[in-house]
Amino acid sequence: MSGWLLRHVQSALFAAGRLARAPVSTAFTVLVIAIALTLPTALALGIHSVRSSTGEFANAVDVSVYFKRDVPIEKARQLAASLRQRSGIARVEFIAADEALKQFREQSGFGAALDVLEGNPLPHALDVRPKTDAADPAHMESLRRYIAAWPEVELVQIDSDWVKRLNAILDLLRRLVLGASALLGVGVLAVVGNTIRLEIYSRRAEIEVTKLVGGSNAFVRRPFLYTGLLYGVAGALLAALLAWTALQLLDAPVARLAQSYGSSFRLLAPGWRELGILLGVGALLGVLGAWLAAARHLARIEPRS
Amino acid sequence: MIRFDRASKRYPNGREALSGATFEIREGEMVFLTGRSGAGKSTVLKLIALLERPTRGLVMVNGCNTAALASRRIPAFRRQLGVVFQDHRLLTERSIFDNVALPLHAAHAPLKDIDKRVRAALDQVGLLDRAQALPLELSVGEQQRVGIARAVVVKPKLLIADEPTGNLDPALSMEVMGLFRRFNEVGVTVVIATHDIDLVKASGLREIIVADGKVQDPATEKLVVPSMEAER
Repeated sequence: MSGWLLRHVQSALFAAGRLARAPVSTAFTVLVIAIALTLPTALALGIHSVRSSTGEFANAVDVSVYFKRDVPIEKARQLAASLRQRSGIARVEFIAADEALKQFREQSGFGAALDVLEGNPLPHALDVRPKTDAADPAHMESLRRYIAAWPEVELVQIDSDWVKRLNAILDLLRRLVLGASALLGVGVLAVVGNTIRLEIYSRRAEIEVTKLVGGSNAFVRRPFLYTGLLYGVAGALLAALLAWTALQLLDAPVARLAQSYGSSFRLLAPGWRELGILLGVGALLGVLGAWLAAARHLARIEPRS
Repeated sequence: MIRFDRASKRYPNGREALSGATFEIREGEMVFLTGRSGAGKSTVLKLIALLERPTRGLVMVNGCNTAALASRRIPAFRRQLGVVFQDHRLLTERSIFDNVALPLHAAHAPLKDIDKRVRAALDQVGLLDRAQALPLELSVGEQQRVGIARAVVVKPKLLIADEPTGNLDPALSMEVMGLFRRFNEVGVTVVIATHDIDLVKASGLREIIVADGKVQDPATEKLVVPSMEAER
């Protein structure tokens, strides 16, 4: 091991030893950092979960076509077949009126109420999915006009609106999380900076002596930077643990809630990548906070004899 | 090694602690700096160790003009001299060994050298067997010797000491002075501020007297100092 590396390892161990000697105050500082990091982590994971579970439809914009009530099923099937020949169409699903009613009766729970109705109020319908490369707004609009021009068609509905809205909401949430993260990051900087500031002043005599025997500012600063690094990493590890625990506790209730809506939505557990990002951010904030405090306060301590 | 040329130091509060001091200390000399407390002895030492810069005049230490030295070069400057304090300034929560090793760590000495040099320095002051003790477990005299070991561990060409015998009884004082003389014999320039006139007279070494911020150096100015100016 080179001398340079060994020296840094020594500084890190020295800083760790100091933190271990004051376990209570160290634990509180780490806890505060962890809480500040947990909040944005958990929110980001939640948004990530929603985004990835809606991702599969995010770009799949279906077109629902409703025929007029008096269009016979053969004519509707024929139109569906002709639509399948059109370029830019990936899939056309025909939904017969009887089938639609049956499904509605089963799923809605209004079976008894539907019995009162005379005949089937539902029309035949098509679920048209354009090819991905033909799903842009201009193509969609021309497809809508093309179908709407048929005399047998009552209504053409493009189903992308709710996906757009969901994406817009997710985008808004993501920005809110970013803003909150930035604020909480500044909070972490302040916590680390203040802790380091107090430590600098409590070790004033030591710093003066070190400068007296020729310690450079970088030499005096180094253990404090490691202290900040350790605070940041420890806080990030604890934050990962807290976020993971929260997700474990919420997973089952969320799955039950999603199931009642017929969705298989699940919260995503943080992976190695998320853990890496969290640790990196924690380390960076810790070192930066320590650096800011050291730059400000170490220069003021000059030896006097 | 050290040259003061009409050097003055005025503090921000307006007090002139040193005015127009002129003297020279050659390489390999051992010199006492005497005078009343507050007469300006400490100011002279602070100017040598670059804890302060002169407000006027010139202070040259080991070929370096201290007034012109950039702040970022001060650590390197301090590493080439050893300083011993009256209150020895040891770090109480670190072992004797770590205290003496501090200047070597600050100088980024190779780690394999550090152990060897710390042991050599502790051996020179006769405290090798106490290397793992904490400073407060040692007697006052021993603590002062640790301070000396820390000052000489970097093998400085110049050793300065501020009242190194201030807290010691005569026997211990003699012992500590003996240590300084031994370092001087191997070529280290030694400057000691003290008010222990008996010790100075007994040594027969050169004496620079500081009184009311003025330096009277018989060797330089051929002045006879009135005895009432001397300490006590």
